[in-house]
Amino acid sequence: MTADQVVWLYAFATYPAPPAPQPSTGVGGAPVRLVAHAGLVAAVSSVPRLDFGPEPLRRHLEDLDWLAQTARAHNAVVETMAGLTTIVPVRLATVFSDDDRVRELLDTRCTQIAAALRALAGRSEWGVKAYGDPRAMAVGSQAPPAAAPPGAGAGTAYLQRRRAELSTEDVVQRVGQQLARQMHAALLAVSVAGRQNPPQDTTLAGTREWMVLNGTYLVDDRRAQTFREVVVGLDAERADVRLELTGPWPPYSFSGVQEVEST
Amino acid sequence: MNDPAHPPTARPGTSQVAPGRAEQRRIALVDLLDRVLAGGVVIAGEVTLSVADVEMVRVSLRALVCSVTALEPRLVIDEEREDD
Repeated sequence: MTADQVVWLYAFATYPAPPAPQPSTGVGGAPVRLVAHAGLVAAVSSVPRLDFGPEPLRRHLEDLDWLAQTARAHNAVVETMAGLTTIVPVRLATVFSDDDRVRELLDTRCTQIAAALRALAGRSEWGVKAYGDPRAMAVGSQAPPAAAPPGAGAGTAYLQRRRAELSTEDVVQRVGQQLARQMHAALLAVSVAGRQNPPQDTTLAGTREWMVLNGTYLVDDRRAQTFREVVVGLDAERADVRLELTGPWPPYSFSGVQEVEST
Repeated sequence: MNDPAHPPTARPGTSQVAPGRAEQRRIALVDLLDRVLAGGVVIAGEVTLSVADVEMVRVSLRALVCSVTALEPRLVIDEEREDD
């Protein structure tokens, strides 16, 4: 390792080391290695400082092609490791100046990382999103707007229509929130932990429907089938709401951020 | 570990009402970024993404997607608003 290289961190696992991750290339096409210390291993790559030092990295993050490629490369390594052993994934773009700094980190954080590893053993993350058709959801929840009184001007008609639209939005919001609570509770009942994230911009998600629920759940691997069945059941429950299941993901959203951050 | 629920080769996929292939890739990227940028254990390294960095990425991602979808024919979502 030379000063013109920095160390990119992917994930932690328990020592003895899992077999070398395949694909063995990570971000920037760099080989993946394991740094072992304090009963733990960290999966890392040595990458050029020119591209991954603080300044160039921030610049690169604004380049979405670069970001997408890097996120996929990071995830490929994390996912491969997760298939081999229990891991704690590290947030994208966590970079150290050399292996000694990584060993220092393993020294100071070994208790918390080990605790997170124990909590994640035999569990995976699953994403559940629910999309609704706002118009269909409002139907039946509200009386149709009253017709404009005879002789009323175009302005009155417009205001009435606008008021009706706004109250429909209110109804849809309420119906949606209630639905999200019910679905979240049903999913939590078959998972270890879960949380509702802010809905994604549905334009980003490639749909113009309304995102009612954007939940992510930590599920025991042996209960994965049960979890899936609950999702299928919720999907079948209402014609105007459809659910989408993604996973299994490495436990990105349940990596013990709180425990580690609070020390 | 050889758990059938989590085979080593498994990649996060989308089930239920599967969208088109191209669309599926885009969805996967949004989901992926949500996790790798906002999830994962936060460690103070020489470089660590801050909340502001993540927000910046989100904003530029949204700008990109909006500029792409602006080229697509618009779906008429609400005919009643045509005359507004």
